[in-house]
Amino acid sequence: MNSHEMALSSEQLRALYKTMTLIRRTEEQLARAHQMGLVPGPCHTYVGEEAIATGVCANLRRDDVVFSTHRGHGHALAKGVSAREVAAELFGKVTGCSQGRGGSMHLFAPEIGLMGTSGIVGPSILQGAGAGYSFKLLGSDRVSVAFFGDGAVSNGAFHEGLNLAAIWDLPVIFVCEDNMYATEVPFREATPNQNVAERARVSYGMNAVTVDGNDVLAVYQAAQEAVTGARAGKGPSLIECKTYRTRPHAEGMRDGGYRSAEEIDEWKKRDPIATFKSWLIANDQADSDAFSALDDDVQTTVEDAIEFARSSPFPDPATAADFIFSTQE
Amino acid sequence: MREITYTEAAREALAEQMAIDPSIFVVGEGIGERGGNFNTTLGLYEQYGPMRLRDTPIVERGFVGMCAGAAMTGTRPVVDFMFIDFILDSMGELLNQISKVQYMSSGRIKMPIVLRGCIGIGGAAATHHSGSYYSIFAHIPGLRVALPSTPYDAKGLMKTALTGDDPVLFLEHKLLLNRRGRVPEQAYSIPFGQAAVVRSGSDATVVALTVMLPKVLAICENLAREGAEIEVIDPRTVAPLDIDRILESVHKTGRLLIVDETFGPCGIGAEISALVMENGFDDLDAPIARLNGLHTPTPYSPTLENAIIPDQAAITRALQDLLAE
Repeated sequence: MNSHEMALSSEQLRALYKTMTLIRRTEEQLARAHQMGLVPGPCHTYVGEEAIATGVCANLRRDDVVFSTHRGHGHALAKGVSAREVAAELFGKVTGCSQGRGGSMHLFAPEIGLMGTSGIVGPSILQGAGAGYSFKLLGSDRVSVAFFGDGAVSNGAFHEGLNLAAIWDLPVIFVCEDNMYATEVPFREATPNQNVAERARVSYGMNAVTVDGNDVLAVYQAAQEAVTGARAGKGPSLIECKTYRTRPHAEGMRDGGYRSAEEIDEWKKRDPIATFKSWLIANDQADSDAFSALDDDVQTTVEDAIEFARSSPFPDPATAADFIFSTQE
Repeated sequence: MREITYTEAAREALAEQMAIDPSIFVVGEGIGERGGNFNTTLGLYEQYGPMRLRDTPIVERGFVGMCAGAAMTGTRPVVDFMFIDFILDSMGELLNQISKVQYMSSGRIKMPIVLRGCIGIGGAAATHHSGSYYSIFAHIPGLRVALPSTPYDAKGLMKTALTGDDPVLFLEHKLLLNRRGRVPEQAYSIPFGQAAVVRSGSDATVVALTVMLPKVLAICENLAREGAEIEVIDPRTVAPLDIDRILESVHKTGRLLIVDETFGPCGIGAEISALVMENGFDDLDAPIARLNGLHTPTPYSPTLENAIIPDQAAITRALQDLLAE
């Protein structure tokens, strides 16, 4: 880790820590709520992968856009959707960011550039390219980010989307979160070449790097270069982030039969938040008082969010067919 | 009034709206400098260049998914498929994304995208270039489906497609593309969900879809000489479907035939028939009749191809049977 090249202030470094912690604490509470039956549908957590959304979104402006995955709570929170709106959406409440029509897999907050989490693997790559096309056509310097997992890179959307972005020089940052398993299928069994950055470079002539996805500063630095390049008209790039989810594919699912407890424990030792906390202390960027204040602040935010979600009303059943078209039928 | 072709009429609306709205761009194979395999964009590349007339590799899923993202972020893509059969490679993007984003986002995101291509049986195009699929599209909430059958409608419906904020399937029957008709030079639009009563009559109602309309009209002229006055309705859009106009007509005539080149099972005729049964049963003097093409992939050889389309004799017979009920 090296913060100097990126010219990050202590305040910015602490903000990275705070975002990662917010994602972690929010999801811990959502997982608990799911166990209690308060989240009626699926809940795919991002626990262990928080450094990626945090490091990438810290480089984005409010008007830049993000297209996300089924594991998208972290992307939403890092892009600036409030924990209240995320929690309420998972609870199925009208105060959620999709007013209860989406749930975990369809979080939308276009006003701040969250263009949707998704229940289908692949379309984020294509839609991310499309936003890049819009920005280029409109002469804007906005950029677009497409998040996707290792499970998407053998899908046609990966190849078609990267190819289109490359031939038309679109301002898109493709962020592959390689957590080693597509649901429960190991990446090593899914493709002969698991080097995603190499595939982007060799096949599509794209700038691409591989980083430790559990190192928020490494992700931040790669994203900074990619975003700066895209904004300056240098076209698309890809960041391959090696990471791991330490919870099951989805809450409540059996987590055995495809990976070992030892493997999970090994990755827990590389927890991105604990690692970064140690780095901050070792580099005199924050002391225990500072961490207490940050952690307390996050705790208050998350408790408030869960209480907000719990106490919010459900949507009116009479509105079930609203918003199918741009104008009400 | 001047006469122009169906394709020219649709292109006129596109050109007119591209001049007004700089966020419109077209993607497809050969729609750039070449001007489209069916001349859908002829002359536009010279005016607007490659960013707005974008030739693509043959990756329908890729560019449809890409255009979904573009429509979500402030531009207005027109996807020109050439043959609509090619849309099938992008059905996931169409049915899971394009049709659902407005709903999933509770209306926080719009989806202004036009997906156009030619449909229908004719010219020995065989089964990968002869599909129509509109009953599939009409089944899905969130999609508008326009089926212009005249040059006048092609221009007016295209204008509506390009000025609304919803996804529109704009389906052009290949045998209609070069038909000529009267089209005003000035701009106009035809709202979706407004059927046209193309011919008035009091003895029976025929709903004729797309290419079946000119065939049905010719037969009605023959029957008129024998004293039968048939009312002919062109729905113009099947999603939304102007069922009120059809019910009004059935109220007057008491008899209904739906003529559609595409498949009968789960088709538009089945839907119209059910709606009339539910809402106009007491007006019916005879069972509702449907005449469809055969439920088969499209064969190549002209003798086989002709055998699967409702022809003049079949339509005449169906109408005579209905009048005799």
